[in-house]
Amino acid sequence: MEPGSATAIVLADLKARIAHVGRPGKGSDAALPFGIPEIDARLPAAGLTLGALHEVAGGGPDIEHGAAAALLVAGVLARLPGPVLWVLERPDLFAPALAAAGLHPDRVIYAEAGKPAAVLLSMEECLRHDGLAGVVGELSGPLTLTASRRLQLAAERSGVTCFALRRSRSHDDAQLKEPTAAATRWRVSALPSAPPLASSPETPGLGRSRWHLELTRCRGGEPASWIVEASDATGHLGLAADARDRSAPAAWERRRAGG
Amino acid sequence: MPADKPLITATHDGRRQVVAAADRVARSLGLYPGMAVAQAQAMVPGLPIAAAEPKGDARALDDLAAWCLRYAPLTAPDRPDGIWIEAAGVAHLFGGEAALLADLVARLARGGVTARAAIADTPGTAWAVARYAERPITVVAPSGAADALRHLPIAALRLPEEVIAGLARLGFERIDQLTAAPRPPLALRFGPVLMRRLDQAFGRLFEPIEPVSPSETVSSRMTFPEPLLTPEALTAVVGRLTHAVCAELERREEGARQLDLVFERVDRTLQAIRIGTARPSRTPQHLARLLDEQLERVDPGLGIEAMRLAVPLVEPLSFTQPRGGFLIGQKTETDLSVLVDRLINRLGDRRVYRVAPVESDVPERSVRRIGPLSPAADATWPPTLPRPTRLLKPPQPVEALAMLPDHPPAFFIWRRRRHRIRRTDGPERIAGEWWRLDGERRATRDYWQVEDDAGRRFWLYRSGDAVDPETGDLRWFLHGFF
Repeated sequence: MEPGSATAIVLADLKARIAHVGRPGKGSDAALPFGIPEIDARLPAAGLTLGALHEVAGGGPDIEHGAAAALLVAGVLARLPGPVLWVLERPDLFAPALAAAGLHPDRVIYAEAGKPAAVLLSMEECLRHDGLAGVVGELSGPLTLTASRRLQLAAERSGVTCFALRRSRSHDDAQLKEPTAAATRWRVSALPSAPPLASSPETPGLGRSRWHLELTRCRGGEPASWIVEASDATGHLGLAADARDRSAPAAWERRRAGG
Repeated sequence: MPADKPLITATHDGRRQVVAAADRVARSLGLYPGMAVAQAQAMVPGLPIAAAEPKGDARALDDLAAWCLRYAPLTAPDRPDGIWIEAAGVAHLFGGEAALLADLVARLARGGVTARAAIADTPGTAWAVARYAERPITVVAPSGAADALRHLPIAALRLPEEVIAGLARLGFERIDQLTAAPRPPLALRFGPVLMRRLDQAFGRLFEPIEPVSPSETVSSRMTFPEPLLTPEALTAVVGRLTHAVCAELERREEGARQLDLVFERVDRTLQAIRIGTARPSRTPQHLARLLDEQLERVDPGLGIEAMRLAVPLVEPLSFTQPRGGFLIGQKTETDLSVLVDRLINRLGDRRVYRVAPVESDVPERSVRRIGPLSPAADATWPPTLPRPTRLLKPPQPVEALAMLPDHPPAFFIWRRRRHRIRRTDGPERIAGEWWRLDGERRATRDYWQVEDDAGRRFWLYRSGDAVDPETGDLRWFLHGFF
């Protein structure tokens, strides 16, 4: 037996054990794959871990950059069975768009909590209730380590997946860089879309939206980024055909850094 | 009775027939309570007169006070013509204090009762403002009693006729004149009642109300030899009271839709909390937990000597509780009503909802709110029309330039940022719904989904069809974000 492989086995066993330390209840390795091998391969559970907290933010101030993040979450929840609790600060979400991403209006109960503190309390209340597909909380304020830990623990216990939709008010919001207990942290920004007809770029019209999807933090994994096509009518993302072989181009990084 | 005919009620004051009450039309004709019936008849020939029935009126007022229990757990008749409602801690369930009063006055009006209403820190202020403020509905801001009372007449202080007349002879007409005057001479001349009413109105003297409790309701009361102070003790009592009440509901095959928990404090004041449920329930653990979450609103003061749990609103509930499964794709038989109840009692029942499609071409009208546990609407919006994820309410005007009037814009400026438009899709023409608003008769909007050169997508519309100026003034608006 090669010493290298024995070490690998021991390491894998230890990693698996560590992953279960301090995780009571229904928290499991169950995950919802994106259905795109390039993305799922970079996630430790080969998909979005269920029964965990995930953070999703837009690429800038929420009012104009946040729509894609909400649509990404709607697409994920569209593919999970059960009712969805969507906790709002203010009612500006437009349900027909969620329905177009596959999230039927009969499945979503909205709770308008108003203040960020009330949003967090309501999210925790919802997470204690098993049998939900997921809980979404829209947060314009900070998400502290303690608050996120409470949400993560509640999600593990009930097995309900939780999304904190970070609706920041400014560019490069420092609050979005604070550490939290979330399993993953995502950033979704818009990219210029491809022409609707690849063969004739001058034809007017709009094709599928294109997003720069960044995994900026991942428990047990490495940051990564992809260029994807937006959620379709069943909530599935697509990998941009002309971007399949390259990671996010540096040009877009510069653009965002420049504001 | 036709509303445009005067009506008075008559009573005998020992010497002669006098007017006991006059309706609005009669008052406009110059009739007033206390005048001789003979004089009234001389002023208005053929005046209809009904015999006054003080006992019947009092009974009707009691009934109305009991009806007002729908708004708050503690209500009381205030004879002859008022009703007290202890609104502390319930207004959020109606969307605020002003909304509560508006709802109350509108419902009474539909029942043929003209009412004026006010909410204030003290019963005295509310009494004065409800009767003497200019508007029929007034919410006095916390600790705003002094401002609200300043310009009201002295009659607003609930004083006996002779005291009002005596003060008028001294030149006192408004409350601020009275508060500015030295107290001892006034107290000496008019007795303790004047100072008591002033202090009650300004909140310097507590005034309890004696609440009605309809005999029909299921309720349970516990008294304690030692006053209770700690939250743990209150929680324990809540558990026992809910068990007692639920056992009685079980016997009656009913479930609670609303629970009132009244605390009787050692200082003889009352406090109350109210919870509601989305579906009838008689599960003690569920109801007890809803009550427990509200306990922090209760101030035990020097201690609580008795607690009473009442169920003012019940619905039939057969032996087995029906359980969930109303939503499409629900994976377990979850009873969502438990969660919905907790959210409603935390946030208010207008802030927990689902939405359903409405057949309307106007985007902002294509969504309506329905109850969180309504049966599945089983309908959705036409999937072919692009709709933004976030909608701006109302649409915001933007500066935009189009090459031709009926073309999509080449760029637009919103919040001082210029967005160069790279790709567009449209127009989707949406005509105003002329059957709703006359101003919409010809109004037309042309919607464009546009993508700027950073890839962000916006929903813009131009008001007007670019041919007929009557359809709109060609201004551009931003209505949403994709």
